[in-house]
Amino acid sequence: MLLYVVSTVFVCYLSFSLRRNQLTPIVWNTLFWIIILFAAVNAIAKSFSQERHGRLIYYYNLCSPQAIIMSKIIYNSFVMLFLAGVGFVFYAFVMGNQVGDMGLYAICIALSAIGFASVLTLIAGIASKADNSATLMAVLSFPIILPMLLMTIRLAKNAMDGLDWSVSNDEIITLLSIDLIVITLSYLLFPYLWRS
Amino acid sequence: MKKLWWKILCIALLFYVVFMGLMGPVPHLPILNESIRNTYFHVALWLAMTTLLFASMVYSLMYLRSSNLKHDDVASELAKSGLFYGILGCLSGSVWANFTWGDPWPNDPKLNGAAVGILIYLAYLLLRSSFEDEQRRARIASVYNIFAFAVFVPLIYILPRLTDSLHPGSGGNSTFGSYDMNNDLRMVFYPAIIGWILLGLWFAELRVRIKRINRLREEEFIQTSKPL
Repeated sequence: MLLYVVSTVFVCYLSFSLRRNQLTPIVWNTLFWIIILFAAVNAIAKSFSQERHGRLIYYYNLCSPQAIIMSKIIYNSFVMLFLAGVGFVFYAFVMGNQVGDMGLYAICIALSAIGFASVLTLIAGIASKADNSATLMAVLSFPIILPMLLMTIRLAKNAMDGLDWSVSNDEIITLLSIDLIVITLSYLLFPYLWRS
Repeated sequence: MKKLWWKILCIALLFYVVFMGLMGPVPHLPILNESIRNTYFHVALWLAMTTLLFASMVYSLMYLRSSNLKHDDVASELAKSGLFYGILGCLSGSVWANFTWGDPWPNDPKLNGAAVGILIYLAYLLLRSSFEDEQRRARIASVYNIFAFAVFVPLIYILPRLTDSLHPGSGGNSTFGSYDMNNDLRMVFYPAIIGWILLGLWFAELRVRIKRINRLREEEFIQTSKPL
């Protein structure tokens, strides 16, 4: 997955390399988040479909569904934090760093990594029950993840411009609350998915 | 006959809304002019849609608690009629926007949110169609439906308020109730909401009944065609 992110960033770098000076901050920011979004969908789609049937039954006997969804969310959050962090460092390295306020940008990356991970984990669980899970994963997750993506891009833009933190309070609170809602819902709903 | 009264009420309310909506007195505001009559259709349709989708979510919850397929039928049909209202709301809104904002699809966060909301529910229908087994389909679709509604509400009602939007109630504009709703409008607006909700329920009820009849006939067919 790391290779996926790095090569995507590199492809973007090469495609933009002729006109680097035309790369406005908005394009820079949006491009980064789109790369992260696709990396997240690809990374997390595997979290259920990759497990073999026997192992799922083993888990089923071993522990409660709540424990499984929470551990999957935590694991995926760490994967996403790692991917987004390394992705950002590499992206800033090749495309030039345009961020004004690194602290806020880091918070933004952390919040969105956790949010993406928790939304996509539940969707991956849903999609893995169907037959053509790869297509279904994309169709189900993109509209659901869009509000989060929009908030993230707005917050990241504030961080890039180096605006005062009080300006972005709204966005941080909204992102946090969406994260919380999504995690609670996954916790409550997953047992029903797990049974089938 | 005992369940007829709300259908009669629905027809009466909608007749009242159409006549009073087109002929009744309305306040004259700049830019809006006579197009304010669209409040009875566009705004009321959106509110009715949210109500229907909320009801659909409640039925999904009930299904998860009871595993009774009837609840899932109701949930899916309510979501379908909500989706239908969403598309109608988009169309009526774009007619309105064409006259007041000068563009049938201005780049407005609420419009984009609505489009994404419709996509979410289309994805719900797609998810339903990709399962063969009924119990399994019902359970997984219910989980997605609850999840979708929880995302849908911030998308339509919270996010646009944080940014600049052309709609009232967003980005510092005052909300609907406070500045341009007078009593003439209210007299038609509230019945309009109730009327549209009842009509949506009616659609859903008919489709649920068709579904149940089909299921019964299938079961009969299976029973009669058993090998002797």
